[in-house]
Amino acid sequence: MVKKISEVAFRDTPEQAARFEKVIAENKHDKSRLMAVMQEAQDIYGYLPSEIQIRIAEGMDVPAEKVYGVATFYAQFALSPKGKYAISVCLGTACYVKGSQQVLDKICETLGIEPGSCTADAKFSLDACRCVGACGLAPVMMINDEVYGRLSPDDVEGILAKYE
Amino acid sequence: MAEAINNEAARHTSLEATSFYKAQCRVALRNCGVIDPESIDEYIAMDGYAALGKALTEMTPEQVIQEVIDSGLRGRGGGGFPTGKKWSFTAANKADQKYVVCNADEGDPGAFMDRSVLEGDPHCIIEAMELCGYATGATEGYVYVRAEYPIAVKRLTKAIEDAKAYGLLGKDIFGTGFNFDLHIRLGAGAFVCGEETALMTSIEGNRGEPRPRPPYPAVKGLFAKPTTENNVETFANVPQIILRGASFFNSMGTERSKGTKVFALGGKINNTGLVEVPMGTTLRQIVEDVGGGVPNGKKFKAAQTGGPSGGCIPASMIDIEIDYDNLVSQGAMMGSGGLIVMDEDTCMVDIAKFFLNFTVDESCGKCTPCRVGTRRLYEILEKITSGNGTLEDLDRMEELCKYIKDNSLCGLGQTAPNPVLSTYTRFKDEYIAHVVEKRCPAGVCKALMRITIDPDKCRGCTACARVCPVGAISGTVKQPHEIDQTKCIKCGACMEKCRFGAISKK
Amino acid sequence: MKSLAELAEIKARTIDSVIMPSGSGRMRVVVGMATCGIAAGASPVLDELVKDVKEAGISDRVMVSQTGCIGVCQYEPVVEVHEADKEKVTYVKMTAEKAREVFEKHIQGGEVIYDYTINAANA
Repeated sequence: MVKKISEVAFRDTPEQAARFEKVIAENKHDKSRLMAVMQEAQDIYGYLPSEIQIRIAEGMDVPAEKVYGVATFYAQFALSPKGKYAISVCLGTACYVKGSQQVLDKICETLGIEPGSCTADAKFSLDACRCVGACGLAPVMMINDEVYGRLSPDDVEGILAKYE
Repeated sequence: MAEAINNEAARHTSLEATSFYKAQCRVALRNCGVIDPESIDEYIAMDGYAALGKALTEMTPEQVIQEVIDSGLRGRGGGGFPTGKKWSFTAANKADQKYVVCNADEGDPGAFMDRSVLEGDPHCIIEAMELCGYATGATEGYVYVRAEYPIAVKRLTKAIEDAKAYGLLGKDIFGTGFNFDLHIRLGAGAFVCGEETALMTSIEGNRGEPRPRPPYPAVKGLFAKPTTENNVETFANVPQIILRGASFFNSMGTERSKGTKVFALGGKINNTGLVEVPMGTTLRQIVEDVGGGVPNGKKFKAAQTGGPSGGCIPASMIDIEIDYDNLVSQGAMMGSGGLIVMDEDTCMVDIAKFFLNFTVDESCGKCTPCRVGTRRLYEILEKITSGNGTLEDLDRMEELCKYIKDNSLCGLGQTAPNPVLSTYTRFKDEYIAHVVEKRCPAGVCKALMRITIDPDKCRGCTACARVCPVGAISGTVKQPHEIDQTKCIKCGACMEKCRFGAISKK
Repeated sequence: MKSLAELAEIKARTIDSVIMPSGSGRMRVVVGMATCGIAAGASPVLDELVKDVKEAGISDRVMVSQTGCIGVCQYEPVVEVHEADKEKVTYVKMTAEKAREVFEKHIQGGEVIYDYTINAANA
């Protein structure tokens, strides 16, 4: 499984940092609790930025590559944050032949991000997905639970503007 | 009026009076749906912790193991290894620390009995792990639960706290000097962690990769100490065996598979749900009586057991008595107990591909036969279902299956080809149809499917032509329309739109 | 816990609330609250029954409790009414409104609502 590593700059609040330090303090006596610490860290931050992986490695006194190894092994750990609005563009056959790739390209261009990543303000994240079963509406994208169909690249800016 | 009242009186009102329930016999699930899982008192009211009390005050560890051996209990996680024997191996090894591990990393798509036990009767797992600890000389236990089961985790956590508060976990239990402590560890979404050595590696805080055996966990398991690992459902049977004696348990079942088995019944069946039946119940009883048959008047085609590690039992074998050895002799396996019913609309090649796609995703990548082999196998199936397969591909597929089975490191790889082998053995004609005739008999495989318009039924309303995403449908108003097969992508949008039932796939 | 006597004592004081003693006229109402039940909407059903029994002031006679998986997935949410000396009643596909009705007609009035039982759903 290939995981996209976030390029978004990591910031944490003092509250998050305090919770995180507490988790480390409670668990650092037992290295086998590494996964539990990572799970709690993901609860706090929503994902595991590389800065946090390094702090976990230091706190638990294990090599950073081990933390990274565990993070990439298990499906549950995310290396990239999800935005407030999660966009997924259908690249199923029906949507693809109707031009969903161009829609996806337009979104990438507008937001300045690649599929599998998140904008710097954590507002939008973007993914390509397989058929969502709305072929009659092709090409289709979803933003959170909202479905948008019969799209053209020209619609993109208007739709994204609704989420400003 | 009087007659109406009499009829009323004769009507049953309980679940027990339904055919779904009549063939069932609840041992592992006996408290599920009866007691409040968050009340330790109610568990005790149903004789909870009495087996632990009996073992600690009246029995030696050897006697506990002997009782479990005599009961004939075998591992319910899939392999079917005799539980008592497993315990005796750990007991025989001297060490300063030993462990008991409960495998609740239920990952088979469609199986959820472990979750049900943890959510419905968590104390019974605690009690069973303590019994195992007493029998094998372990004083610490770990329950490894999927993180996707938050309610199970919450109830088990409360159960452990309550048991500690009552002194039923901790030091000097029942004043006998027996100590036992229990921890919960959460999985993080890796199917391979259901394999016992991978699970232990994961508890230790590592990537959950399997380890070569030997050394077996009974010698060198968790944290390199002797360890006994059992599945949730296996443990759920133990307190009853100790309390009521081995004969209570081995009076049920077949010669080599004793007791009951929980199945998660799903797929093309009227009554989906969790059922517990004695070993040796026939597949027909489960599908027709308990499951209420296949819906919509369709024909029963096969039952899939054992998930991505298992295989299919065809309709011709419906009178098979279900136990470990009969399933294995049919190229299937018990697995954790998912039982998926399939009807005539299910394509067996597609099912094999579905399970293999799962294994490809979940292969941990440590050994080559599994990492590369399953992917190559998937590609062959992909080729067949897209209409490009050849007879040589079928031979290569069979050869590759054997290679993966013989050479993979752990159970995941060793069993990964089973869905392919069993469907290929039982439904060879379907594979041949895909390869030679370029036809999918069940009408599932898209590339081999043709969507056509019946000119006699078509009224020329143009609805289909307007909805077609690729413009494959042509025709003039009020004249029958036609689909250009070279453009059609088989999305089915036209079929849904047609109000005259004129469009069909085959 | 230091002795088996303590265990026996807990059992003795709890058993009557799990298995209704004959002649007691007591009722135990359980709601299937495993993941599947909760996903199908069992929580509002349980809340409704707890509230009704509390408001009616009959909690000495009727006990409402959550329980684990009853096993009939497609019929969730499931409510079962156990009453001393009577056949258990299994209500299926419950909602808070139906639960209110069961409370009024069955739990208080003693009249089983056959149409909501599993046997009606199965017929």
